[in-house]
Parts: sequence; C-alpha cells; structure tokens
Amino acid sequence: MFEDIGNLFQGFSVALQPFNIGVMFLGIILGVIIGVLPGLGGANGVAILLPLTFSMSPTSAIIMLSCIYWGALFGGAITSILFNIPGEPWSVATTFDGHPMAQKGKAGEALTAAFTSSFVGALFAVIMITLVAPLVAKFALKFGPAEQFSVYFLAFCSFVGMSKEPPFKTVASMFIGFALAAVGLDTMTGQLRLTFGFEPLLGGFDFLIAVIGLFGIGEILLTIEEGLAFKGGKARINLKVVIQTWKELPKYWVTSLRSCLIGVWMGISPAGATPASFMSYGIAKRTSKTGHKFGTGEIEGVVAPETAAHAAGTAALLPMLALGVPGSPTAAVLLGGLLIWGLQPGPLLFVEQKEFVWGLIASMYLGNVVGLIVVLTCVPLFAAILRIPFSIIAPVILVICAIGAYTVHNSVFDVVMMLVFGVLGYILKKTNYPLAPLVLAIVLGDKAEENFRQSLLASQGGLSIFWSNGLVSTIMALGLIALFWPLIGAAWSRLRPAPASA
Amino acid sequence: MSEHAEGAAGSGPSHRAVEAGVAIAIGIFAAIVIYGSIKVGTGWGAEGPKAGFFPFYVGIAILISSVVNLGLVLLSKEPDHLFAEWSQLRMVMSVVIPTAIYVGFIPFIGIYIPSMILIGFFMRWLGKYGVPMIAAVAIGVPVAFFIVFERWFLVPLPKGPVEYWLGF
Repeated sequence: MFEDIGNLFQGFSVALQPFNIGVMFLGIILGVIIGVLPGLGGANGVAILLPLTFSMSPTSAIIMLSCIYWGALFGGAITSILFNIPGEPWSVATTFDGHPMAQKGKAGEALTAAFTSSFVGALFAVIMITLVAPLVAKFALKFGPAEQFSVYFLAFCSFVGMSKEPPFKTVASMFIGFALAAVGLDTMTGQLRLTFGFEPLLGGFDFLIAVIGLFGIGEILLTIEEGLAFKGGKARINLKVVIQTWKELPKYWVTSLRSCLIGVWMGISPAGATPASFMSYGIAKRTSKTGHKFGTGEIEGVVAPETAAHAAGTAALLPMLALGVPGSPTAAVLLGGLLIWGLQPGPLLFVEQKEFVWGLIASMYLGNVVGLIVVLTCVPLFAAILRIPFSIIAPVILVICAIGAYTVHNSVFDVVMMLVFGVLGYILKKTNYPLAPLVLAIVLGDKAEENFRQSLLASQGGLSIFWSNGLVSTIMALGLIALFWPLIGAAWSRLRPAPASA
Repeated sequence: MSEHAEGAAGSGPSHRAVEAGVAIAIGIFAAIVIYGSIKVGTGWGAEGPKAGFFPFYVGIAILISSVVNLGLVLLSKEPDHLFAEWSQLRMVMSVVIPTAIYVGFIPFIGIYIPSMILIGFFMRWLGKYGVPMIAAVAIGVPVAFFIVFERWFLVPLPKGPVEYWLGF
C-alpha cells in the first residue's frame, strides 16, 4: 500500500511536467468540444484523435486521450442543460432537471452543480482506482488462460443481462463483433480466414474504424433524420453563482455518496455510465424529500445523474488497466491505443510499466481539476459552438470522421468501411441493437478467442477446464448469474411480493 | 399507395418490416461466417483447435439469435409503427450519397479538395449561404486541418494532383 502511494507521487511528478500539463489542457478543451458537438462523442472522438498522439511518448499520449474523455464527460452536461440536447447518452438524465433549471433562469446554478458533481464523482472513482487497481492487478497476475477467458465471459454476460435492449439483440450484436474480429490472420495457426480472397480484408476489421463509423457517422444520420432545432438558454456563470451553488451542494451529500457508489459499481461491470446515471436519478427521485418536484428543476436531480455518470465513466478504466477488459467503448478505444503504443494492457502493466500506469492515474486527479476549471470559465465559449448552424457543422464532422478513419492505417478502404459502418450503425440503432457490445467484441475478440483456445489445448478439448478450480468456477458462475439476472430478478419478485414502498 | 397513409409526409416503411429485414440480413451474415469457417476447418488439428473453430460457433450463435429475433418480430402483437417517414429517409440519403461520392473521390484527388466541395455543397444546399461565407468556411476548414495534421502533428493525409502542383 505504502509502495503504491510512493508510486502515485512519482506519477504526479510525471503528470506535472509542463508538456504534460499542456497536453492536459489541450485534451480537456478538445474533449469538451467533442462532447458538445453532435455526432462526436467520447469513443469516436478519442478514436479520431488517436493518430495525433503517435509521435508522443505513451504517457503523454494516454494523458491527452484520457483528458479528451474527461472533457467529453463534462461537455455532455453543457448541451443537456442549455439546449435540452444530450450530447452523450449518459447525460440524458441530466436534461430532466437541468434544462428546466435553465428555463427558470438558473442555468449558471445548474451548470455549476453539474460540473462540481461530475468532479466529485470522478474524484471518488479515481481514489477507488488508486486503492483497488494495484490489488486487482496483483491478484490477476495469477490468472491463466481459463481465468482470463472467464473474466471476458463475465464482462460479456453482464452486457446481456444488464442491457436494456432485448437480450437476443445484444447477443446478436456481440457475436457480430466477435465474427468481425475473427476476419483476417488467425494468430494461433497463421492461417487466413473469412477473407474470401478479398485483399483489403487481410488485416481484419479495425475497431477504431467501426467506432468512428457506428458512433460518429451513425449519430449524424440519426440527428439529420430527427431534424435539428437548437434553441438554447443563455449561459452565464460568474463567481457569485458558483460560490452560492457550492454552499448549497453539501446538503446533498447523501445523494452524492450514493451516486458515487452506483457509478463506480456500474462502471466496473460493463453496464457503463448511461444506466448508472438513470439508476442514480431514479433512486434519488424515490428517496428525496422533494422527490415529487423532480423534473421541474431540482438541483438534486442534476447532482445525482452527473455524479454517477462521471464515477462510472472513470471507474470503467479500472478493469481496462488491471485486467485488460475495458468497461466502456471509450475505455476500449484507450485500450486499443495502448496496443498501438506497444503496451500490453492487463496486470503486467502495473509491474512492467509503473511510470506509465501511475502517470495516468495521477493525470486523472489533475485532469479533473483542470477540467473543472476549464468548463467553469469557458462555458459561454463552448455554448457558442452549439450555435454554429448544422449545415456547417455536419459536413465538417463528416470530414473529421473521414480524416480520423484514414489516419488509423493510412488507408482509403478504411474510409469506405467507416461509411458502411455508419449506415449500419444508423439501422442497428433504429432497430434497438446495442452498439457497445459489438465494439467491445471487436476489441476483445482475438484475446478472448486466444484464451479460449489455449484453455482447450490445456484440457485437450474439454470444457470442464472452466470449472476446474475455485477461482475460475466462481467467475464463471458470476457470469452465468449476470447473464440470467433479469430472469432471476423476475423469479425473485414473484416469490416475494415487493414491499409497498421503500 | 398504402391504404392507411396519413398524407404524403406521414408514410414510410413499417418498423416491423425493417426489423425483419435486419434479422434476415444478420442471418445471412451468420451463414457467410459459418461457410468461411468450414472452409478453413472447424475441427481439432495438429496444434489444437483449427482456425475456423471459434468463428464457426460464433456464426452459429449469430444464426440462432437472428432466428429468435426474427421470430419475436413476426409473433409480436404490438401495433406496428413507422420506421421513419420517407421524407426523413430522404434526408438521411441526402447525407449518405454525397458522403459516398466524397469518399469515392479521395483516392484520386486527395482529401482536401473533396472536403472543400462537400462543405460548400452542404452550406449552399441546407444552409443557403452566400458565396463569400461558403468560400471562407469551405476553404478555411480544410486548410486548418492541413496545418494541424501535416504541420503540427506530422500526420500525412491523402493528397492529389492539385496539392502536388502546389508543391506539397
């Protein structure tokens, strides 16, 4: 434990280098812009900007990319509160009370509350990462292929069980991802498969292209279809409003703490920030004394979802760092970045790349402080971006996506694939197929397959290896429970009628 | 002409039809995956599972879930609704088609000139801007990208004859 604190301070000395501080500011600003723009979000924003970091050291690169992520998390709140347009899915719950507050002329209070809660949620999650991640990593060092596969199994089962989309659509979407990941060279036998003699497919499908297409282009198409009308409230934050709101916020510490816990939990399991924000809002509404006024502009209704969303978004990095299993699409993109920089995500990272890991963790503390300062001071500027008419911003975003897709491998075929994935993303989104499992499966497909086949090799083809010891059986059992959670929940409530009101 | 069309603007493909179409398309995709896996061998080779082993079962899983999804769509008793109105789909296609043309031109004349045309086209067509404004944005944005990518971050983007003629 003390060794970890020493490591953390060393991390701070890395993160505090002037270049890294500069990169942090740049990342946050880019991130907020990405969060504010329609069609660009955490995952595809980081994917597009990933090539820009190829010339940096891995530590500076991950600092910039993770700061883009923090920025995007902050940015989502701006559009929700001022324009009633959730820039990100996890800020949908913020619109419920945030926008009514803005309409009542209390936009400044709402924004301050949102930013501060985000900061609190993120800070809570970072402290948790600092304390828990090294332990998890140490534990995970003992994992063999079977245990590693069982962790993937748990992650994907939780997706199916916790997703609000129909389970078989989640399964379909996930396995499409696995199939796309399998295309190209098989790493274990060196054989080509599923390419059907089509040359551009030799290298397989890159998930960065899929992310840019599915989330970027797909989102633009959805926005176009719905027809856009930006009607925004005025954004003005001055010091007086900030301090006044800060004085009011400690009242809601119970809500805050609960939302932090919900967020961290949902972030580590791959449920992610979006359900965390809804769940936290729902529980706050039920338990708050002023719950009946939720939806009309209660500050507590802003605190709850924002805290949870940020805690979840940050906590999603824990399994990515310690186990090599990302908890969200954006964490998956960051993991892809690690692979590109030649780092192997997973428990060994904590042993072999101490400077990198602790530099990143330290930058999470600093990045959120920088983020809070940037958003509190620059809100009007960012709000102005949203006033740029759609007829200008849409083609510019298309161009940005095309550049992003091209620069991943300097390949025009990737740009074509991006457009294909874009149309696919639009149709799948419209028919309720979740996209996140698809992306995670493309990222983890090869690893999951490798571990699966290595386990089978060890057992000469018997599936019993996944139940061969206490550890692997426990994780597999947890996976099955997560998979059938909705059924278990339904059975439980039938056996025991729910209490009248909690 | 469909009988229950609510005026020209209110008609479009039914949601159920699109859902069924997607499920069938996913089923066909699964069949391709299974076929491809069988081609490279799905059994147990000298070095353990063959290359097609894992994708074969992945394909089976996709096929099963697409059959279930198709069944759920066909058996659903919920009232059908519109997937999207034709006018909305026309809007979507009006983004997809120019973007496809844009992508098609990149290998031949680079990314900068098509970007200028794409931005200019949208501004003129959706935004009805005047020429000076269009020229400023449509030229300014790609030039800004050029500076950021090629000069600051040293990431080369596709260039065509015009860029070479200008000496880049």
